[in-house]
Amino acid sequence: MSAELTATRAARFANWNVAIIAITVVVLIVAAATVDNFGTSQNFGFLVLDVLPIAIIALPMTLVIVTGEIDLSVASTLGLSSAVMGYLWNANQPIETIIPLCLLLGAVLGAVNGFFVTVLGLPSLAVTIGTLALYRGLAFVVLGDSAVADFPPAYTNWVTGTIGSSPIPNVLIIIVVLAVVFGVVLHATPIGRAVFAVGASEQAARFAGVRPGRLKFWLYVASGLVSGLAGVLWTLRYSSARADNGAGLELAVVAAVLLGGVSIFGGKGALPGVIAGVVLLGSLQNALRLSDVSNEALNVVTGVLLIASVLGPNLANRLRRT
Amino acid sequence: MTQRKNLAVLAVLALALSACGGTTKSSTEGQDTAAPATTAGKADPNAPLKEGLKIAYLPKQLNNPYTDVEVGGGKVAVGELKGEYKLVGPNDASASSQVSYINTLIQQQQNVIVVAANDPNAVCPSLNQARKAGIKVVTFDSDAAKTCRDAFINQATTQGIGESLVKMASELAGGSGEIAILSATPNATNQNSWIQVMKTELAKPENAKLKLVKIAYGNDDDQKSFTEAQGLLQSYPNLKVIVSPTTVGIAAASRYVSASSYKGKVAITGLGLPNQMRKFVKDGTVKKFALWNPADIGYLAAYAGAALSSGQITGAQGEKFKAGKLGEYTIGADGEIVLGPPTEFTAANIDQFNF
Repeated sequence: MSAELTATRAARFANWNVAIIAITVVVLIVAAATVDNFGTSQNFGFLVLDVLPIAIIALPMTLVIVTGEIDLSVASTLGLSSAVMGYLWNANQPIETIIPLCLLLGAVLGAVNGFFVTVLGLPSLAVTIGTLALYRGLAFVVLGDSAVADFPPAYTNWVTGTIGSSPIPNVLIIIVVLAVVFGVVLHATPIGRAVFAVGASEQAARFAGVRPGRLKFWLYVASGLVSGLAGVLWTLRYSSARADNGAGLELAVVAAVLLGGVSIFGGKGALPGVIAGVVLLGSLQNALRLSDVSNEALNVVTGVLLIASVLGPNLANRLRRT
Repeated sequence: MTQRKNLAVLAVLALALSACGGTTKSSTEGQDTAAPATTAGKADPNAPLKEGLKIAYLPKQLNNPYTDVEVGGGKVAVGELKGEYKLVGPNDASASSQVSYINTLIQQQQNVIVVAANDPNAVCPSLNQARKAGIKVVTFDSDAAKTCRDAFINQATTQGIGESLVKMASELAGGSGEIAILSATPNATNQNSWIQVMKTELAKPENAKLKLVKIAYGNDDDQKSFTEAQGLLQSYPNLKVIVSPTTVGIAAASRYVSASSYKGKVAITGLGLPNQMRKFVKDGTVKKFALWNPADIGYLAAYAGAALSSGQITGAQGEKFKAGKLGEYTIGADGEIVLGPPTEFTAANIDQFNF
């Protein structure tokens, strides 16, 4: 790869990152100015809680997609984690044990994906579509159609509450901490450089001393772990453990990551753009709902936005080449 | 090997935590998990109904024909009350998708939220937030937990429906013979509670000659219900009545019987929608069936919400309010308001109903 090409690529993605962040800021300002009740602190709290699962799962997903793989089982992992949480709670286990166990479960489910993808060398799309169905099925085996409620108020209140008397939601701490961790790993460590290298060319990365299999395995573990955490937070937020929790969320996560400028073909992307993508999708939905826009119109807007986000960088690239 | 060590450490940590106990389900039982009910204040039965109330409907999901009839009744009532009607809702009936809609309604400062909860607990925290903001919450169809709504519009009591189903079956069978039930899924809560009441009713001496031979499950799937009805008639040649307490099942069973040699020999009854059943009533396959009027549920909910919001009632047992054309209602235990006994539909009256 010539230095020049690297430079233009870097420039292009820096541009998309700047663009998506700018678009997000503009949308936030316009919404706050024109949509009644959008800019209130209470609405900010609702918004953060609404994007919470997408925001945290999008972080490991970014790394997975940058390596050129995908993990579609995240929402099912969330659901299984929630179902197991409900099952153990019904079995009168202490919540202080249940939560670490659910995180561990998430990591194990991620490791199963990692095993199939890296050890058996199966395509991640096929593997994780399989585990998407498998983990969701297991969730229904664990909890059936029932719902478990009555989680301890101290925990549920923490998830829905704010820091002291400030309008800042407690869960924002989790989002920020995880974003910093994944941001630093991806953009400031050898692991991050290996992630990009594997995504750009697995062969080349291998010659450069990276072990792509091991790297990907641990990314799947991270993805599962965070999905397990999302399952715990989801359960506490709604005080309801159910096997169908988070159904369909994987598409929203992938959508947010792509909107954030990560290439579905791997090798390219940056975390600030992804975070902007999550905020943009979340706040657009929130603002449109407050403006009484119908579900159908809302889906259309989201769809158009996503197509534009995939088309945008490609078109720009093509124009630049001609 | 550090990886394995990490996992081991995690496992040990988990075990250590479980060993020293912690917060368990039984240790939190009895604690008030939900926000306290809003300070009820005193009901003033003579308070005038407020005009211009913002009343929002949040059904389980949008674009469902039955729901459309329910909220249609609500729209009529809100018109009579000179209020502002609004309908919002998710396209999927998942447990948590209603929460962001409730949050939106809080932001929009609605006066009343009329909601059919997809999950009784998942909606609770946000409904209580709404009530703290002065919004009155009325549930219909599917109740939320009692601690997070002001009143619940129940279409009919379980007892009333079960009794009515047995009464119709007995009349159609002429007081004796074999009957079968075609239900939805084996774990459908409402279906099972009605069937339970039916069994109790059938055990009574006056129904001693009625014999329940089988409970079949059509899973609320038209094709499966059709096949199950066919199976019932083949397995039990002396069957006199099929009782299907689900709109999908009764329509499928009627479709099968109306086109078969069993027509006129085997009676179908249960709970159905008049528009779906009209042709089977007209061609004589079905003599009578029952259902509450879904439009009345939405209608009653609007009046209950307006009465709450105007301070006429607080949701306490024994309070009374007027619900337009439906007349006066009294609030029952736990804020429950029962619409009334199910309406029986026959060839004589079916043309008066359009839903």
